[in-house]
Amino acid sequence: MSFTEAMLSSLSRWSGGVKTSIGFVLVAICCLFVADLEISSIDPWAEMWRLADGLFHPSLMQSSLVLEALLSTLAFAFAGVALAVVGGFLLALMFHNAFVRGFCALVRSIHELFWALIFLQFFGLHPLTGLLAIAIPYSGIFARMYAEMLAQVPMLPARTLPSGTGYLNTLLYTRLPLAWPHLVSYTSYRLECGIRSSAILGFVGLPTLGYYLESSFSQGYYSEVAALLMLFYLLIATKKIWLRRWTLPALFLGSPFFLGDGMPIVWGNAWRFISEDIIPAPLRNSEAGGQWESLSKLSQWTSDIMFNQALPGIWNTLVLSQIALVVTGLCALIMFPLISRYCYSLPGRMPGYVLLVIARSTPEYLLAYILLQLLGPSMLPAVIALAIHNGALIGYLSGRHSNELVLRSDLPKRRLDRYFYELLPRIYPSFLSFMLYRWEVIMRETAILGILGIHTLGFFVDSAIQEIRFDVALVLILTAALLNIAVDMFSRRIQRYI
Amino acid sequence: MFKMMFRVLALMILAGSAFATPTFVFTAIPDQDETQLKQRFQKVADYLQQELQTEVRFIPVKSYAATITAFRNNQVQLAWFGGLSGVKARELVPGSRAVAQGVEDPEFKSYFIAHQSTGLSAADRLPQSIDGLTFTFGSKGSTSGRLMPEYHLREQFGQSPDELFKRVGFSGNHSRTIALVESGAYQLGALNYKVWDAAVEAGKVDTAKVKVIWETPTYPDYQWTLRGDLDAAYGEGFTDRVEQALLKMNDPELLSSFPRQGFIPASNSDFEPVRKVAKQIGLLD
Repeated sequence: MSFTEAMLSSLSRWSGGVKTSIGFVLVAICCLFVADLEISSIDPWAEMWRLADGLFHPSLMQSSLVLEALLSTLAFAFAGVALAVVGGFLLALMFHNAFVRGFCALVRSIHELFWALIFLQFFGLHPLTGLLAIAIPYSGIFARMYAEMLAQVPMLPARTLPSGTGYLNTLLYTRLPLAWPHLVSYTSYRLECGIRSSAILGFVGLPTLGYYLESSFSQGYYSEVAALLMLFYLLIATKKIWLRRWTLPALFLGSPFFLGDGMPIVWGNAWRFISEDIIPAPLRNSEAGGQWESLSKLSQWTSDIMFNQALPGIWNTLVLSQIALVVTGLCALIMFPLISRYCYSLPGRMPGYVLLVIARSTPEYLLAYILLQLLGPSMLPAVIALAIHNGALIGYLSGRHSNELVLRSDLPKRRLDRYFYELLPRIYPSFLSFMLYRWEVIMRETAILGILGIHTLGFFVDSAIQEIRFDVALVLILTAALLNIAVDMFSRRIQRYI
Repeated sequence: MFKMMFRVLALMILAGSAFATPTFVFTAIPDQDETQLKQRFQKVADYLQQELQTEVRFIPVKSYAATITAFRNNQVQLAWFGGLSGVKARELVPGSRAVAQGVEDPEFKSYFIAHQSTGLSAADRLPQSIDGLTFTFGSKGSTSGRLMPEYHLREQFGQSPDELFKRVGFSGNHSRTIALVESGAYQLGALNYKVWDAAVEAGKVDTAKVKVIWETPTYPDYQWTLRGDLDAAYGEGFTDRVEQALLKMNDPELLSSFPRQGFIPASNSDFEPVRKVAKQIGLLD
């Protein structure tokens, strides 16, 4: 039997999960050859040293400003998520409708920052911009997850109801109570995501933490950066303390009062955005010349966008996200034993917990921003940022899963043996499904990191907006959305195959 | 008792609406370190408030495009624009006018700077050897940090920056451009000469690590631009008063924060050269 035959025959014996993993790794290796992963900074250590120095000497600029920023970060998160919970729940009830499903897929495939950039044209620097930028994509996410959770409850209780029981009663008395714990825990997780999203919105000008982080960072005030980051971690780490059932009403009802007032909305602007700004330029400016000319101009305009912006953007987004996905997986597999009770005792797991909490609380966007300053502009900082954040998240979930396992008492003595022969095979299927869920998220984040200067789709969206070409920006945002929807559908097919 | 309170309240609301003129709001392109901009424009806000006898507020924004949008959306009525952002804004807001510019602005220029490791030194032209280096502009919408440098690169080398250089970045603002070339994150950069001169004078640049290798021919740049519909909202003659206040700004401390020697009248047609170049490069339709 030749080597190739041996390979093929062993391949057929491997499970779908292993084959899928190998496929992803091979694609990522191919991507490595075409990716730009250079450290272009001549002296990254000098800057890194200054950052480290700042981290050890945190100092606050004006505490009143910081307090305001913290409050508005929380306010946007709570108000946005609250709106999304209501919207998402209503949509979840209609999720059997194909149109609703498509609508939700579309709104959640557009990143919060893209929504913010759109609404900035609509409302300007007004609280509504930040509020809707969070509420809209989150509604789409909630709708899907709530619908799945409501569909997964046992059907028996509903069948025991007397015939003729209405839809609402069935929902309130059987499906909702059964799904309730899942709904609550998912919503609480999303609230944490909401705080991260809200902080990041500051980067485009809303008065949240990101606003001050960006200012301090771009000026090299690393002590301020350190203080702001520490406050942010503290906020998320203490979530369990201040986020209680009895504080919730106050938090949700109070949040609208801390959104700030911003500039007044001029509704004519919103109308102008829809009726003029986003109409493709060749159609908008067609006075004379007749239909044919404007049609040929339109096709010229479209192909310009396709070949000079959309396709290079899609290519870079795909290359970067496939590498990031595999590195994320590796990170997660390395990190999860740090919090696994089969690898370390409780005190030994503490540093691991701290590391994972910090890594997963730091938004990719922020990490990428920091690393770009240090390493120079290439795909490398983005890959590291995506891998650290998402790796820690999946590592945390996998670690928790491993702690739920009940293993036999005669476990191998060596930790490495335990890891490879006992833990890894058992958690791998769930690890893989976490990864496949995360694929879409990583793709969406990759696109957005372009705003920082890596030539993914976000770079071209940002350029179009800087050039006040919202028609072009919208085409590119929709392109990014379609890419995400495609990846989402593909990942679900793979899930079924596994 | 309640009736009384109600009356007082109603009176207060009435009085408030009758005497309140809307706040006059202005902004500026974020072309430099934010701390510096905040200090500078807070001083301008105080000055204008005193001159105009109405409430004046400065709002900082995060990008050039946001400045243009705020102006277009009438959320600000006055803005300190660069050449390109001003042209774009006035194209979008019919009736808006460039009213004042710095004494130096009709003859503005950009510097090309290089890290010492490139071994390049000042010359009459950009040397052919910049081919294949890494290069950073300032903001995507900047005149002195993007438009004019790109124009001259295309003129001299017949190639787009992407084709000419190994890597092209956008630092965000002029101060960042200095920092990035000084640290070696990029080998070359192009920026506003005023920001460079001021930074060198303040001792913020290590001139052993980074130096100027070429300066562009001059072109018109920064200006104050006003919307055309002010008198309707703020009272007859308000536009003139703002214009006069801007032109007679002569407090040395205020002027040095820009830094400009003083302000002189400007008109939309002064910036025609910028518009032409922007069209040629494809930054304007």
